[in-house]
Amino acid sequence: MEARPEEVTELVTRRTGARILHVLNTGFKKYGIFIAFLLTCFVMTILVPVFITPRNIFNIIRQVSMIGIIAVGMTFVILSAEIDLSVGSLVAFTGVVAAGLQVYNGHSTFVATLVPLLLAILLGIGMGLVITKTKVHSFVVTLGMLSIARGLGLIYSGGYPISGLNPSFRFIGGGMIGPVPVPVIIYLGVVVTGYFVLSQTTFGKYVYAMGGNREAARLSGIPVDIYRTIVFGIGSFTAGIAGIILASRVNSGQPTAGIGWELDVIAAVIIGGTSLFGGRGGIVGTVIGSLFLGVLRNGLNLLNVSPFYQQVFIGLLIIVAVILDKFRR
Amino acid sequence: MSKSKRILMLLLATGVIISTFGFSTATFAKEKEITIGFSVPSLYFTWFVFTKEVALDEAEKLGVNVVVYDGMNKVSKQISDIEDMIVKGVDGVLISPIDIKALVPGLEKLDEAGIPGATFDRKVVGVPFLVHVGADNVEGGRMAAVYIAAKLDGKGKVIELQGTPGSSPAIDRGSGFHQVAEDFPQMEIVFSQTGQFDRETGMRVMEDAITAHPDFDAVWAHNDDMIMGALEAIRSAGYDLKDLTLVSFDAIPDALESIQEGRLDATIEQHPGKQVREAMRYLVNYIRTGERPPKHEIYIVPTLVTEANLEMAEKYGEIKK
Repeated sequence: MEARPEEVTELVTRRTGARILHVLNTGFKKYGIFIAFLLTCFVMTILVPVFITPRNIFNIIRQVSMIGIIAVGMTFVILSAEIDLSVGSLVAFTGVVAAGLQVYNGHSTFVATLVPLLLAILLGIGMGLVITKTKVHSFVVTLGMLSIARGLGLIYSGGYPISGLNPSFRFIGGGMIGPVPVPVIIYLGVVVTGYFVLSQTTFGKYVYAMGGNREAARLSGIPVDIYRTIVFGIGSFTAGIAGIILASRVNSGQPTAGIGWELDVIAAVIIGGTSLFGGRGGIVGTVIGSLFLGVLRNGLNLLNVSPFYQQVFIGLLIIVAVILDKFRR
Repeated sequence: MSKSKRILMLLLATGVIISTFGFSTATFAKEKEITIGFSVPSLYFTWFVFTKEVALDEAEKLGVNVVVYDGMNKVSKQISDIEDMIVKGVDGVLISPIDIKALVPGLEKLDEAGIPGATFDRKVVGVPFLVHVGADNVEGGRMAAVYIAAKLDGKGKVIELQGTPGSSPAIDRGSGFHQVAEDFPQMEIVFSQTGQFDRETGMRVMEDAITAHPDFDAVWAHNDDMIMGALEAIRSAGYDLKDLTLVSFDAIPDALESIQEGRLDATIEQHPGKQVREAMRYLVNYIRTGERPPKHEIYIVPTLVTEANLEMAEKYGEIKK
């Protein structure tokens, strides 16, 4: 049967329309949070033009860097179907130890950076051992560490901030390499390393496998307990890095730093599409989740939106992000 | 009863006996000594850590014992601490309540037990109390505004870093400042966000403030920690601090040091040490002699500390010179 020309045109238009809709639909499902992120950036740029200036962009990334670094570690933890609530307290603990080593003991920047990082890793591995040996849920053990590490930081510092740090130590949080702030470079390094380990190494595959189905992973011969322990070491290590940057950035070790950060970090990971039940997600999503939180905070500040409303917006973002993610599956 | 339950009961019973016994010998040995329960909202804040140390020092001078309680910023914790103090049988309580109303039930129990109480910094309303010694936070806010207005000739753009939303110091300091600022229509508060009384948050919010209003003239922060963070942000943005007026609140050593180095212009000293010492003296005096303080509420006028009167600050001695 011969179709009339106008019918053909109509059909083609309808098909193209359907295709565009389809692409948008699947695109949105697949990259929902990314599109929402870009949209938010776009809206912010229109509302406050300074938003898109290079200085502000570096500001945002620098502000995000600490939460972002821990979020990379937390991605490992959550992917393997665990949780780590101790990271905020570890930030404070490593910060005061780094400051104390310089101020009380006169140690070099190198020692003052390395020792707290090693301590953080040890605490993380310690938590991992307790979790795997006693089979107590990571929620409980890391909740305990949240309190222990906070207490240790307060004991070590006597409750006061420790200030007067080495000038070279201040470079870590406050320095620039060319136009790029040092914390941004460290953040980039952590992201690239995390991405590589997770996607290119056997260890990364095991992390996904353990999170997907731990019993199956164990039965297939993966030494699950060892890898779970390492995962907690990674989480605490990233918290340690953030603690060092923070102490350097505010030029003092603050025993009260990082209160509630664990929630921001978990929010960033979840917004980025990593499943709280493990096995699904990744670093790219986490980076977008972290940046999204940062962009929202920065944008709302630039707009001088009342802090009361800001909390509501951020809460809505977390819920909407997870709903978007549900559609994606 | 299962075996494990029985063991548990036994352990509990032993615990009770030991604690009662230990407690009774303690009271016997120190029968003549006075013990004061000291409770603060949270030892997470440097400010309250300082008051704790002053309290211990003053207690030593007066020859009394002090038991310190940390409210951990939870009203429920502070109430249960008060209940513990009653059980322990302290002779008096010196407290800075987290919330002026929520702690009423706890403090009523104290009154029923016949234990005298004094408050400092933050007071309670609706409970019979021996004395309250505090600083006027609203007045402190006014002082900051007057100082900035004078420095700016009543004209310019001010950035405000608020304390934790809803907390009484944030409300009082902010409202005092705004009362005065309203009289200077050309002095505009262009940006007002919370830095959560926290150094890092203060720095982050200040970075945003600079981006939104690069032509600001003054910064007013509800506490010193936030302005210390803000100073870092201003420094890395490359401003000349001579062109700016920066004022904050609390007079912590870091802030005093910054004033000495000419980076910070002024901070408000509300004499926490004096508050604690006076309240403690009135309380101990009452326990010993039954003599009541001259007034029910005593307010210490805050002091604006600048380079000119730096030695007025209580923590002047802690500056690294």
